[in-house]
Amino acid sequence: MSDLDQEQEHHPTVGQYVEIGVILAVVTAVEVALFYADIPRQVTIPALLFLTAIKFLLVVMWFMHLRYDHRLLTRLFVAGMIIALVLFAVVVAITLL
Amino acid sequence: MAADSATVEHEEHPTNFGVSNEKMGMWALIGSECLFFGAFITTYLLYVTRLGDGPGPRDIFDIPFTSVSTFILLMSSLGMVLALAAIQEGDMRKFRTWTLGTALMGLTFLSGQVYEFTVFVEEGLGLTTSPFSTSFYVLTGFHGVHVGFGVLMLLALWVASFSGHIRPTKKHAGAVENVGLYWHFVDIVWIVIFTVIYLIPAE
Repeated sequence: MSDLDQEQEHHPTVGQYVEIGVILAVVTAVEVALFYADIPRQVTIPALLFLTAIKFLLVVMWFMHLRYDHRLLTRLFVAGMIIALVLFAVVVAITLL
Repeated sequence: MAADSATVEHEEHPTNFGVSNEKMGMWALIGSECLFFGAFITTYLLYVTRLGDGPGPRDIFDIPFTSVSTFILLMSSLGMVLALAAIQEGDMRKFRTWTLGTALMGLTFLSGQVYEFTVFVEEGLGLTTSPFSTSFYVLTGFHGVHVGFGVLMLLALWVASFSGHIRPTKKHAGAVENVGLYWHFVDIVWIVIFTVIYLIPAE
């Protein structure tokens, strides 16, 4: 059996897809509630970034199947993310200097 | 049989890693797109406080409206995976339903973005009003263009399913999965934009 066969066999079920969809909707509602809540920005900003990271990972790992696919695909994606973050850090550093 | 032989597909040529070339190519594209959008988000964050004489984020953003658009785009990702599950199970009726539904949710999101841009321009935020406005329109506009391409690919899959060019085979399910990967990427970019640009505006 090829890796491709194994990957398709390990995709989430329809029920799991729907569960992820519900979680994404609930987390988005919490994010919007945080926006309107009378809470200091020092609290809301880290909380919003944390919730965004959860949504991001749920979509990437389950909807995009990175949790089940070959590690090479994860590396391709992470490489792009790292380069983007390095670009961000460099530009911010140059701006602040 | 002639009819059967006409529908015989080319054998897939997986890479040395056992992953199809098409899927590998899509992930390479997604990796490069991370840098593309990362550059635009970085630019936006650098210019978000440079408002010139124009309105700022807190003056113009309509969070309830954008929240609904965000919800629709998130649910379109659910529609996409349900379309993929349907073709993998050989249920073409469900596949067509979810593919068309996903495309329509994408179109609804795009319509909302056009409406939002129209309102912003009426309120004095043109493309060249300020560094903030330029970076905002370029970032969200390019994202919208990506959604547009995604909608076109989804509609192409939907039409192809009627003409027999998309059938419940492993190869065609792979093609649907690759379109889905692109669609989900567009979704995760918006997940970041919604928080960083809309929910965490500058003071």
